[in-house]
Amino acid sequence: MTARPGWSLSRPARAWLWQIVAVAGLAALVLWLGHNARVNMAQRNITFGFDFLLHPAGFDIPFHLLSWQLTDTYGRALLVCSLNTVLCASMSIVLASALGLLIALMRLSGNPLAAGTARAVMEVVRNTPQLMQIFFIYVAVLQSLPPPRQSIVFGWGFFLNVRGLLIPSPDIDLRMLLLGCVVLGLAIAGWIARPPGSIVGVIVGPLLLLAWAVAAAFSATWDLPAMHGFNFTGGLRIPPELLALWLGISIYTSAFISEIIRAAILGISYGQTEASLSLGLSRGLTMYLVILPQALRTLIPPLTSQYLNIIKSTTLGAAIAYPEILQIFGRTVLNQSGRAVEVMTLLIAVFLTVNLLVSAAMNRWNRRLMAQGR
Amino acid sequence: MKALWKPLFGSPLNVVLTASMLALFYLTLPPFLHWALANATWDGLSRKACAPDGACWAFVKARFPLFIYGRYPQAERWRVDLAFVLLVSISAGTLFAPRRRGWWLLALLVFMPVAGTILLVGGVFGLAPVATGDWGGLMLNVVLTFVGVAGSLPLGIMLAFGRQSTLPVVRWGSIGFIELWRGSPLLAVLFTGLIMLPMFLPNGVTVDNMIRAGVVLTLFVSAYMAETVRGALQGVPRGQTEAALALGMHRSVAEVLVVLPQAMRLAIPGIINIVVDLFKDTTLVSIVGLFDLMGVINQSLKDPNWLGLAMEGYTFAMALFFVACLVISLIGQTLERQYGSAAHAPRR
Repeated sequence: MTARPGWSLSRPARAWLWQIVAVAGLAALVLWLGHNARVNMAQRNITFGFDFLLHPAGFDIPFHLLSWQLTDTYGRALLVCSLNTVLCASMSIVLASALGLLIALMRLSGNPLAAGTARAVMEVVRNTPQLMQIFFIYVAVLQSLPPPRQSIVFGWGFFLNVRGLLIPSPDIDLRMLLLGCVVLGLAIAGWIARPPGSIVGVIVGPLLLLAWAVAAAFSATWDLPAMHGFNFTGGLRIPPELLALWLGISIYTSAFISEIIRAAILGISYGQTEASLSLGLSRGLTMYLVILPQALRTLIPPLTSQYLNIIKSTTLGAAIAYPEILQIFGRTVLNQSGRAVEVMTLLIAVFLTVNLLVSAAMNRWNRRLMAQGR
Repeated sequence: MKALWKPLFGSPLNVVLTASMLALFYLTLPPFLHWALANATWDGLSRKACAPDGACWAFVKARFPLFIYGRYPQAERWRVDLAFVLLVSISAGTLFAPRRRGWWLLALLVFMPVAGTILLVGGVFGLAPVATGDWGGLMLNVVLTFVGVAGSLPLGIMLAFGRQSTLPVVRWGSIGFIELWRGSPLLAVLFTGLIMLPMFLPNGVTVDNMIRAGVVLTLFVSAYMAETVRGALQGVPRGQTEAALALGMHRSVAEVLVVLPQAMRLAIPGIINIVVDLFKDTTLVSIVGLFDLMGVINQSLKDPNWLGLAMEGYTFAMALFFVACLVISLIGQTLERQYGSAAHAPRR
């Protein structure tokens, strides 16, 4: 059945033939789709091009980090809503990691009560849809909170009501901010340049940052939210949409992160612990110096994919009208400008770029960890 | 009793943990049970019949058929039930049959879609036709999950082989396809599919919303399926291929008849994870205008007779999903134990 006499081709020739057929088929498909799109667009009087990014948008973005006016362009809308996406993603990465670590430590604690509770919470969280959890938090919890006048008061200037969470906002001196940048740069440089195995090199950076944070907190003038008439003035308001999306994504992802951390720690053979203890290291130091550095290595690839999942999950904000990139750019801008192809191409391109950047950065870190002693 | 004393109160940290857990239980469980059971109202025609500080399960009870079948005509719902029973039995056969697994798989991938379409869509054999616009509730989540998995299985296997191909065009094409889908958020992809698909089809050709969602989900899942299958293919010892080649098999025949069946057994846990993830993710179609369980609940919450019952609606839906996903995961873990040990056993 191997040789067919008469019209057999050599192996490389056959390989080339197959590839040419594949490319031709793909090209034909793309041309056909493109032709259809051109006909359809011509019929609806839609032109193709990215010039619409310079046209004025004329709609409001309810939550923005950069300044936003109705007269700003679609291009600026893309920037503003991308920043909202980045904000929610970074907040979620921090909280999800912290919660994941907490659940993992509870499960590893050896206390049956804590381990059982953590296990139950994790199973419930990861076996129910993420979107449903976000809706639950948004509709069932946050939207049924009392109005501003009957706000839940936490003290220290924290208030929770149906319009969101109010927190004190610091007004930091410019010189202090500049000092912070210098400290951050020093910390990062020190961390990268630290000699291998040095505990001091690991600790000094975070300590410096902590010292700066304390100093900044005391030197800053805090703007506390306060009730005036029917509403609050001052402070920062985190809108309920952002709260729901942040908590929803963080809680859901933390269940998966906790499993990853637990598996990484349990994956280190017990001989390592025994060896370390027999050398006279305490349990805490064993964990910090022997187990965690090794666990970190197996941790990074799966953790990266969870962080990428978080970034992609922020699009669920479109379900509760958090002004992130899909909601503002993929929905509002698309509906107003009618440039479906361009908008969706840009949207997917943004996500692909971010995905590639994050995985490239994590791969670098991973290689660095792998290169360090084995 | 002695065995429990040490982990619970053996060290200061454990005492603190135990105490805080007990405090947590005390603070959360009694109010929850009071709300969900003791003070709950089970029957009633509207919100007014319900006690103010208890759960209003009457809402869920009144809307139960809608939550499960959507607007599928009442007289025809037996067809949905029958299709579901068929699906569960054939899936169980595929997963647990000791032999003839290939035939079961064929039934799942060929017979089931045909039978399911005939049953659910109707229009033949005297079955009344039902428009896909009337499909909804949990039934739609199950249908979309099945479509996604059944469609992505062959596609994912092809992509997995494509990614390992020695032909650069095929390999890079497969890698590009897989990474494109894995890098994009499902919701953005669903948006694109539902809004832009008509744009790329010949004028006048319209595709049903349900089918669009099914196609998008299939393409999306096939990228993840490909990675799972690729991992499984790499898990099959090279000796298997070499032995097949030594017996005179053609390379492609060896891959399909020798390596793939063994790889699929290794891939089962991964595929079950994909099923669970997809089942949860089908709720996203509610945002693009389909009325799956999530969509039906969101719609019911706006009913003036049942305003403000989000807690009940979402709790019920989450409980449904929780039970379903837990059962599927447990089946996956059982199979993993069965095959996992067999897979790691040394082969001679």
